[in-house]
Amino acid sequence: MALLEIRGVGKSFRGLRALDGVDIDVQSGSFHGLIGPNGSGKSTLLKAIAGAHFADSGSITFAGRDITRATPYERARAGLSLKFQITAVLPEITAYDNILLAAQSGESLTSLLFSRRRRALDDEVWSLLERFRLADRAHDLAGDLSHGQQQWLEIATALALKPKLLLLDEPTGGMSPQERRVTGELLEPIKSDCALVIVEHDLHFIRDICDRLTVLDQGKVLDQGDVESIQRSAKVQQVYTTRV
Amino acid sequence: MSDTRTAPGSSKPASRRRLPTGVLPLVEGTTLLVAIAVPFVFAQRTDLVTLATNVLILSLLAISFDLCWGLSGIMSFGQALFFGVAGYVIALVGRDLEFSELWGTLPLAVLVGLVLSALFAAFLLLGRRPPTTIFVALGTLTGSYAAERLVSGWQYVGAGNGLSSVKLLKIGAYEFVEGTAFYCLALAILLLVYGGARYLKRSQLGLVLAGMRQNEERLAFYGYRVQLFKALVFSLAGGVAGLGGALYSYHQGFIGPGNMGPGLSTAAVIYCLFGGSGTIIGPILGTAVVEVLSYVLADIDAIKRIWPVILGGVLLIVVMFQPRGILGLFVSERERIGSYGVRRKDKG
Repeated sequence: MALLEIRGVGKSFRGLRALDGVDIDVQSGSFHGLIGPNGSGKSTLLKAIAGAHFADSGSITFAGRDITRATPYERARAGLSLKFQITAVLPEITAYDNILLAAQSGESLTSLLFSRRRRALDDEVWSLLERFRLADRAHDLAGDLSHGQQQWLEIATALALKPKLLLLDEPTGGMSPQERRVTGELLEPIKSDCALVIVEHDLHFIRDICDRLTVLDQGKVLDQGDVESIQRSAKVQQVYTTRV
Repeated sequence: MSDTRTAPGSSKPASRRRLPTGVLPLVEGTTLLVAIAVPFVFAQRTDLVTLATNVLILSLLAISFDLCWGLSGIMSFGQALFFGVAGYVIALVGRDLEFSELWGTLPLAVLVGLVLSALFAAFLLLGRRPPTTIFVALGTLTGSYAAERLVSGWQYVGAGNGLSSVKLLKIGAYEFVEGTAFYCLALAILLLVYGGARYLKRSQLGLVLAGMRQNEERLAFYGYRVQLFKALVFSLAGGVAGLGGALYSYHQGFIGPGNMGPGLSTAAVIYCLFGGSGTIIGPILGTAVVEVLSYVLADIDAIKRIWPVILGGVLLIVVMFQPRGILGLFVSERERIGSYGVRRKDKG
């Protein structure tokens, strides 16, 4: 059974069909890329998976549980973690505290009140800060970090939730080529921790890190398969004649 | 990129060291010293000790608002409701049951504030959809106004005249009359509440509140039940307001409709914003400055009639041009928000 099963998912906004009967399977430990032209429904699908909005039709099953109508809170507790397209780090607290906040999300109320796990989580937070090259900015307010660092912080924060499936919406958006290369290196090791669904416009980036790709066009699945088969796909080449 | 330099005398990388302590502890220490000195300095001025006691009691109301807005982002325009209702309840308990023992009435006041605010939280905060700031502000304001109107026409609770001759607060045979004894009691209670609020702010739960204040939607995606946390803090703040209301009722010997209405609710907002929201000490300073200014201006014959206008103007200027309050002049934004990691001494 796949970790994530999307069956016939549809979503409309004021009559505009953003998603139309989308079927996708994501296996445990795989890196699954969602690509497609602007307005093809990639971000809408990611948000429907994370619970930012509900699908109008179809079903989403995660780890054997139907989460189609589950709240974001319930989905996060089930093991889904989302990095938004627009950076959503909390700007008024430090980079350290952003990660701690995510890392402690599974704690009970009394544990939070008496700060019982603060020391236990400290090493975990520093480990993520160091892994994402943010250790020297740990005590700086997240709002003062560069755009690229905020993107890394958000990925680190999403990973601090120890998700089974990480959803990344354009993680390299606005980054320099150097930062994109580093981001790819940073993402590679997480394969052992969780599965990944990634929306990205940089096709070279997504081709380098993903095992499987789903191509969306006008809210529908145009094609899906491994990277090589997608590169050879005539249907996809029609859409991306010169880009894949 | 990562800073792995080792700090002198430490095995930890330099980046793991905590930032130096700022000015907030200094402000807290100075405020405490001033508060302790008041009954000695003004030993011959009962009126000033009474004013200072009033400041301490109203500070509880200001802290209750700071817990809501400054720490958690809940805009409550009705904190006086919990203050006033608890004040009425202990006045009635004194009148009808002839009971005013400290060990029974003050916990009762906390409970009244807590339960009433929990009921409001259930209605305003725990709906299917997260409420907007305006919805909560108007909901609490309406509750405060409705309660004021209700008691204004209710003969059992003294209608528009309120309840006067409230029994004195006592422990056994000892009665707390206004003056140094009541001041010390109010100070002890305020210190207790302040310590609790400060602890809450610096705990891991405080970090959740700080996150909630900035982006509650984000916290839902982290797996936090944001509305439950809000309801919890709102109820806790209601308990603090209730405690303040009981002390006010005992200290003044009176409680009236105005003590639960929008007027006092707005005053709580002003105390907090004037002093500096989210700092806990700021609302206490704000209360002190506003109340002392009111006292002084109201006593000057030339401006006796227009002092509320002058005070209003001063407050407007502060809120418009110094939105972090008077404390924002000395305390950086970075320090106001604080940090939540392991303290160096804890790491050993």
